[in-house]
Amino acid sequence: MRDELYQQTILEHNRNPRNFKKIDGATHVAEGYNPLCGDHLWVYVKVNPNGIIAEAAFEGSGCAISKASASMMTVSLKGKSVEEANVLFEEFHQLVKGELKPDVQANHLEKLTVFSGIWQYPARVKCASLGWHTMHGALEKAKTVSTE
Amino acid sequence: MPVPRHGGVILIGDQFEAYMSTFDVHRYRSEFPNLKINVHGKPLVYLDNAATTLKPRCVIDAVNAYYVTGVSNVHRGVHFLSEQATAAFEYSRQVVRQFLHARRVEEIIFTKGATESLNLLAYSYGRHFLKKGDEIIISYMEHHSNIVPWQMLAQEIGVVLKVIPINDKGEIIFDEYLKLLSDKTKIVSVVWVSNSLGTVNPVKAIIDAAHKQGAVAIIDASQAVTHTSINVQELDCDFLVFSGHKVLGPTGVGVLFGKEKYLEVMPPYQGGGDMIKSVTFKETTYNALPYKFEAGTPPIAEVIGLRSALEFLQTVSWDIMEEYKHELLEYGTKALLSVEGVRIIGTAKDKTSIISFVVDGIHPHDLGTLVDQEGVAIRTGHHCTQPVMEFFKIPATARASLALYNTKEELDTLVKAINRAKEVFNA
Repeated sequence: MRDELYQQTILEHNRNPRNFKKIDGATHVAEGYNPLCGDHLWVYVKVNPNGIIAEAAFEGSGCAISKASASMMTVSLKGKSVEEANVLFEEFHQLVKGELKPDVQANHLEKLTVFSGIWQYPARVKCASLGWHTMHGALEKAKTVSTE
Repeated sequence: MPVPRHGGVILIGDQFEAYMSTFDVHRYRSEFPNLKINVHGKPLVYLDNAATTLKPRCVIDAVNAYYVTGVSNVHRGVHFLSEQATAAFEYSRQVVRQFLHARRVEEIIFTKGATESLNLLAYSYGRHFLKKGDEIIISYMEHHSNIVPWQMLAQEIGVVLKVIPINDKGEIIFDEYLKLLSDKTKIVSVVWVSNSLGTVNPVKAIIDAAHKQGAVAIIDASQAVTHTSINVQELDCDFLVFSGHKVLGPTGVGVLFGKEKYLEVMPPYQGGGDMIKSVTFKETTYNALPYKFEAGTPPIAEVIGLRSALEFLQTVSWDIMEEYKHELLEYGTKALLSVEGVRIIGTAKDKTSIISFVVDGIHPHDLGTLVDQEGVAIRTGHHCTQPVMEFFKIPATARASLALYNTKEELDTLVKAINRAKEVFNA
């Protein structure tokens, strides 16, 4: 039997997504789209001059998994440095692919480990990682911009 | 055809007549071994037939027999196995010809699926006979495989793609189609039955109107092929395509029917073995129909399996099967609508047993995962018809598509599973 995918935390974030808005004055913005299920969202990140994420938000439409994942992501990014955000992105990516076992491997995922069973639902991994890929894209793009 | 029995008694006379005029779904179910599996501990309820159908035992046996005792390439060797495989392969072509009521076997080309058939047409017919400014008409409800090849052609040679609009029931607006037709129209390519809406299009009228303008008519019969008997001569379509795996056959084989007069003048699609008469470094002479379009070793086992699938369907009375599936469609539609928050997408007057729907408060993808937990296989997503989703302003739908082996009890299981999903979501 597979682990239950729709845990209460996920259902709750789906019903009441946090930071579900556009940020005026966001320093980094990207659009993410999963053509398989039509999930479509925008991620906004506001990074302070000292490299700390002051705020992260998202809007758009998608399934419960993509929405809850993006919602929980915005909560966990707040107050982190861009480097820490990138570490978290890598760890989350490994988690949803089943390559990181949070109970035995050190990580910074905290509440995000609620997605630890999703690798058992291969068709849904992309749903969980959409927001994260979009956030990563937003930060990467900005990097390119800042080096010009 | 199995001898009609009822509880071990051979039926005769009136009993036989009565038995034959009712649809005994359990007799057919027993022919599909895949129906016997459990999914997550629950009996499989397979409602994803528009994506691909399950395969009857005779198809599996036919494919298996080729690999166990009949392996050989076709059209090549003089040895026993090669002659046997060639005969079986070419006999399949006869069966397909009969199934489509085509005039000649030369008009039946084996491809790897409907998608390849359509790409072949865009390449060999479109590229050769169309020029810049010519127009191709498709409909709003086409599968991506009947959109993208024409778009690629448009980019390459500057033909113009026109799209027949649909109404909010998911029906083609026929008057708008007539308005799009002009002497610039060279190809009309439409789907007979929509895979995402279930709509049955008035293909005969569409073909006749295309011909009046001197355009050729292509019919995508991928879904129609399990829902209606096909007579290409009566339809008078110039080309018709379908995939074997949607009609109880194996994957990897499809059919292109084309009128001989067009196939004769079309250049080959791919070059290689089998499609040639002679090759020198100076010049190659192409083989005759249908081989001109069958370069390389074909999907031999799959072609042989397709024949078994079509023969299996020939043992079923289409009228009685369609009546049964309509009953299922009506039952399923009613049962789904009895669930609060369910909306059916695609409510055409003429519709086959494909039910697309959305549930308030539950994204189709979540619904798909949750009903899967109950053993129910439905398709969720845009079904390779993104323009249709855009038209109805939805990202995706859930879709239950029914085959001859589905039952009302299975539709009840689907409804129960949806209700359970609603509980999880508090929707």
